[in-house]
Amino acid sequence: MIYELLKTSLALTAHQIIFYLIAATILVTGLLAVTSPKIFRSAIFLLFSLLGIAGLYFWMEMEFVAAVQISVYVGGIVVLIIFSIFLTEHAGKEARKAPPVRTIAASLAALFGIILGFLIIGQYPFAVSSEAFDNSVSRIGEAMLNYNEGGFSLPFEVVSILLLAAMVGCIVVAMRPGVLSKTEKTKEEK
Amino acid sequence: MVPVSHIVLLSTALFFIGMYGFLTRKNLITMLMAIELMLNSVNINFVAFNKYLYPGKLDGVFFSIFIIAIAAAEAAVAIAIIINLYRSHKTIDVDAASELKN
Repeated sequence: MIYELLKTSLALTAHQIIFYLIAATILVTGLLAVTSPKIFRSAIFLLFSLLGIAGLYFWMEMEFVAAVQISVYVGGIVVLIIFSIFLTEHAGKEARKAPPVRTIAASLAALFGIILGFLIIGQYPFAVSSEAFDNSVSRIGEAMLNYNEGGFSLPFEVVSILLLAAMVGCIVVAMRPGVLSKTEKTKEEK
Repeated sequence: MVPVSHIVLLSTALFFIGMYGFLTRKNLITMLMAIELMLNSVNINFVAFNKYLYPGKLDGVFFSIFIIAIAAAEAAVAIAIIINLYRSHKTIDVDAASELKN
C-alpha cells in the first residue's frame, strides 16, 4: 500500500516537475519581494516572481498572455518601479519596519487565509473539460475587434480611453508646480 | 497532468503573500509592489479556468489582458502621485502623508 503510494507520487512526469519548480520559484521570490528589507532588492525579487508567472503561462501554452505579461510587467511596470526608487530613495536604504504587533497580526491573517482557501478549494471538484484549447493568436485578435455576441470590442475601446486618461493624469500630477503658468506667461509676452 | 486545484492553490498562496506585504510595509513603492503581486495571482486563476474548464471561450484570457492594462495605468498614476508626495514631504513613508487625518 505504502509502496504503491510512493510509486505513484514518484512517477511525476517532466510536465508536472516543471510546474512545481515554477510554482516554488513564484512563491519564494514573491515572499522575498514582500519581506526583503532593502527596497531595490525587493524590486528585483518582484521581477523574478513576475517572470515566473510568465513562465507559468508558457507552461499552460498561453503564449499570447505570457508575451503580454513579459512586455507589460517585466518591461514596463518593474522598470517604472525601479526608476521611481532611484528618483525617491537611496537604492540600498533599508525600509522602515512595521511594529511587531502588526507583523504578527498580518502573518496570522495571511496564514488563516491560506488555510481556509486550501480547505475550500480541496472540497470543490473542478470539472476539467476534455476539449483542447485553441490558442492561436488570431482567435484572440478576432474576438478583440468583434462587436457581435462574444466579442470584446467595447471593453477594448473603454480600456484605450482609460489608458489615455491615465497618461494625461500622470503628466499633470507629476509635473512641477508652476510649469503651466510659466508657459502661459511666455506666450503672453510674445 | 497537474490538477487545476494545484494552480488555484498557488494563486491563493501568492494572493495572501501580497496581502501580507501590503499590511506590513510602510513604504509606498513596496506597497504598490504587493498590490501588483495580488493582481497577478488573480490573473493566474482567470487563465487557468479559461484553459482547463472552458476551452471553448476566451473570457478568462480577456479578463486577464484587461486586468494587466488597468494595472499598468494604476501603477503609472500611483508612481506619479508618489513622486509628487516625495517632492512635498521629502519621504515616501505612508505615515508622513497624514494631512487628511482628523
